[in-house]
Amino acid sequence: MRDFEYLPTKTIKEACSLISQYKEEGKILAGGQSLITLLRQKLISPSYLIDIKGISELNYITFDEKNGLRMGALTTHRAIEKSPIIQKKYNVLSEMEKSVASVQTRNWGTIGGNLCSADPIGDPAPSLIALSAKIKIVSSRGGKTIPLDEFFTDYFTTLLEPDEILTEIQLPSPVAHTGVVYMKFSTIEAGIKIVSTSISITLESDRRTCKDAKIVMSAVAPVPFNAKKAGNLMAGKKINDDLIAEAAQLASEETNPTPDVHASAEFRREIANVLVKRAIKQAFEKAKIA
Amino acid sequence: MEIAKKILKVKVNGRPYEMLIKPKTTLLQLLRNDLGLTGAKQACMDNSCGACTVIVDKMAVKACSVLALQVNGREVTTVEGLASRDGKLHPLQQTFLDFHAFQCGFCTPGKLMSAKAMLDENLHPNEEDIRRDMEGNLCRCTGYKQYIDAIKAVAQKKEGAK
Repeated sequence: MRDFEYLPTKTIKEACSLISQYKEEGKILAGGQSLITLLRQKLISPSYLIDIKGISELNYITFDEKNGLRMGALTTHRAIEKSPIIQKKYNVLSEMEKSVASVQTRNWGTIGGNLCSADPIGDPAPSLIALSAKIKIVSSRGGKTIPLDEFFTDYFTTLLEPDEILTEIQLPSPVAHTGVVYMKFSTIEAGIKIVSTSISITLESDRRTCKDAKIVMSAVAPVPFNAKKAGNLMAGKKINDDLIAEAAQLASEETNPTPDVHASAEFRREIANVLVKRAIKQAFEKAKIA
Repeated sequence: MEIAKKILKVKVNGRPYEMLIKPKTTLLQLLRNDLGLTGAKQACMDNSCGACTVIVDKMAVKACSVLALQVNGREVTTVEGLASRDGKLHPLQQTFLDFHAFQCGFCTPGKLMSAKAMLDENLHPNEEDIRRDMEGNLCRCTGYKQYIDAIKAVAQKKEGAK
């Protein structure tokens, strides 16, 4: 690891001012569960490390029916996993968090840091996108809120400018008759994932017709993405096995997998097809009773 | 560029320390190199194996992936802090011995700390809870069954004592 100046901060304002001063020479440190490894491997070597983990105003979970859920970027994975309101209203998130890395990593790692590290196999992004998450980004120049879906631009790359900080994740209130699931496939439990998907199905009041479907895929392209063609295919139609098979096929055609030591591109695409099929079925069942 | 050292105040196994350290010092390096506490092991160094697990406040963390300066003002417990001062082993340590819950022993300190954090938080873990919570501690000798049995036994004993 190369040397760096360590700059701990206590407020968002302080952190914004420091990162606007150092820009590319600086790097924001939250839980560091990816960053410390990158520093050690010298994949990045910032001159200034601006530690924001001590900013208590970025660590919160709030919910109300009108505005939905708000999570500070420094909320730990463990806090999301254990949050009673998330377990009740956004169960897919607490269940997903149970399988993020290990307890040790979840204890120290933050949701904001996870999203900013933009690992294409990251667990939280697909479910958050399926839940229509927005994120708040601030800098000393001001602030903006964008859909999480637009945040990732390439492998380990986001549209964050060098002086910007992600501060909040926002989820709308849960929609009636909606089931959301997250499913991943790896060759061993807790191993590197080959494919993952998060699906949100909203039904009409007849509980059979699909009103809206979001089919989010991850680990099968440089960034997690919403397979819109597949989702559009389902909207307005009665859900049955044929429709599910057709949507899964379309979704797998929208993937752009990279072969690596864990799986070939063909294998990933085939698994994507199978996994999406299973996940839609499960989301459909959940939506019927939601 | 000469990098300024920073002051770190931290309590380790109940003992307060105040020292100047290089910012790039990880918690694991602090414990092993500066404080001579070599219980937490250095192995994968990429946040995978859990051999370096220690407890910060009440949370198990991997010391290789936390900067020492990030625990400023906090309390760290390592495997050296488990036994009582008179040398009496912690129930987890004694039960690991009784169950022969290790082979080479390299991963044991990390496992003990993960198990302690888990039992402090959840008095009634079932086998699934134990397996899930111990997922971040790898054993190269694959001696998994015995230590899961040992943790189960400690949990049951704790429950009985209540």
